[in-house]
Amino acid sequence: MRDNGDLRGQGQFPATRWSLIVAARSAVPEERQRALEVLTAAYWKPVYKYIRLRWDKDNEQAQDLTQDFFLRILEKEFLARYDPQRARLRTFLRVCVDHLIANEDKAARRLKRGGDVQIFPLDFESAEGELQRIEIPSPDSMEDFFEREWVRSVFSLSLERLRQECEQRGKQMHFRLLEFYDIDEAGKELTYEQVGQRFELKTSDVTNYLAYARREFRRVVLEQLREMTGSEDEFRREARTLLGVATP
Amino acid sequence: MKWLSDQALDRLRMAADAPDLSGTGYVLLDKLGAGGMGSIFRVQDTALGRQVALKVLAIVDSNGEFGARLLREAKIIAQLEHPGIVPVHEVGTLPDGRVFYTMKLVQGRRLDQYRDELGGVPECLRTFQKICEAVSFAHAHQVLHRDLKPQNIMIGKFGEVLVMDWGLAKLLNADIPAGSNEVSKIRFQQQPSSYADTFEVGTAHGVVVGTPGYMAPEQARGDVEAVGPRADVYSLGAVLKFLLVDSGRVPKALSAIGSKATAEDAQHRYGSVEELANDIAYYLDGLPVSAYPEGVVARLWRWMVKNSSWILLIFAYLVMRALFVLWRGR
Repeated sequence: MRDNGDLRGQGQFPATRWSLIVAARSAVPEERQRALEVLTAAYWKPVYKYIRLRWDKDNEQAQDLTQDFFLRILEKEFLARYDPQRARLRTFLRVCVDHLIANEDKAARRLKRGGDVQIFPLDFESAEGELQRIEIPSPDSMEDFFEREWVRSVFSLSLERLRQECEQRGKQMHFRLLEFYDIDEAGKELTYEQVGQRFELKTSDVTNYLAYARREFRRVVLEQLREMTGSEDEFRREARTLLGVATP
Repeated sequence: MKWLSDQALDRLRMAADAPDLSGTGYVLLDKLGAGGMGSIFRVQDTALGRQVALKVLAIVDSNGEFGARLLREAKIIAQLEHPGIVPVHEVGTLPDGRVFYTMKLVQGRRLDQYRDELGGVPECLRTFQKICEAVSFAHAHQVLHRDLKPQNIMIGKFGEVLVMDWGLAKLLNADIPAGSNEVSKIRFQQQPSSYADTFEVGTAHGVVVGTPGYMAPEQARGDVEAVGPRADVYSLGAVLKFLLVDSGRVPKALSAIGSKATAEDAQHRYGSVEELANDIAYYLDGLPVSAYPEGVVARLWRWMVKNSSWILLIFAYLVMRALFVLWRGR
């Protein structure tokens, strides 16, 4: 499994509510496998980085533990224990990571499994590279750090999916403008008029293209989130975390 | 996949939160704030060439419930044409499907940020009177605010007072929702701040809305049928206490007004906001207030304080007269 967003395309669930949670609890192994893929796509980087920093593991240990963690989700079907009424899925998973590492017999499990054999082909190199680019959080803010990395992961996946959709619809320029104006450093101080000059577009086109891309980005993020949450209440609260809490 | 820096995450988040104004005649300028249900942006009305505030739903609205609530809020405010209530200009749905309304852009500060700039007790009370006038007007139109607190009151550049955020308002003449005596959801703001998160918990009574610290006991219990004008009186009493908390020793009569307004039992409070405002006016005029029965000594003292200028003048005259008589008698 590479960090290329393909997971979302293959493991896409129908637009039904809480489909990931339902699938993760399914008696059908293929359904559970698909749920695991979607879950892994969104959470493996936050989990890996969290293990590296919160538990002060080196990259090889963290890779093993990350693999081990997601393997356990599938093996143990432990998502069946998840109760949306009691906690957010994100919190549940973080606590499970803590339990996994705190449990000392995991070293034996890894040895039994064959040491550094990768069950899922995750791009740990890119995750390690990202770790070098972020500010190391203080020990008492690891929960916030995990949340921040989760937001980064969901936004990255959403952007990748939006890029693919824009390509399919022939709206590459819409996506390019979103990237330039809302992500790249180069675009953040420019006016719509200046952006138009740079891309040889009318200012009104810049306005409309950006409005489209932002609207679609919001939609994609919410669709992804709906799959990854266990209840309407959690969905709303997580949506607020993702989209609605920024104040100037 | 592109690496997203922390700054890029914040910008993306704001971009996704920003209202889609394409084709609306408004141009986004900046974000002013966020409440429990909506975000407020400063926008340029290109047709009229003026800046207005645009409130848009900021939470996920799966079944249209919150959109309907925002629409209702706009309609309620539109019914309340009063200098102390911000006027609504337009209501509608944005291209991104979110309900919005625009209103007058208030240039000023929230009462909680402004309190220290208010002068002494009299100025605090005159500001409080203006708040009461707006709320009393709403009550006269059968509207309860239900979330009065300093964070929802704006003081404009010229001292005008505006009661904001009518999102939790209740129409007194509207039917109480069915099932109000059954277990249902309650919504309240955990912190006394308009930026606080909203929560939902179960109650055996009904719908609870408001902010702890400013919410009347019957409102906190979710006793829907008991929530009436006196619940707003309670909140106003809490606002009065907030205004006076740093004023040093509060006179007993004024303290009694605050206590009566915030009585646990609604029946022990003022019957209306107007009664509360009248007591404040009486206090400012040096007259007895209904909340504080005075003894003879207290009444005499208040009379002396009220007429201190005249008393001093008469006293000075008598002293001068006595000195003159003494001088003539030599």
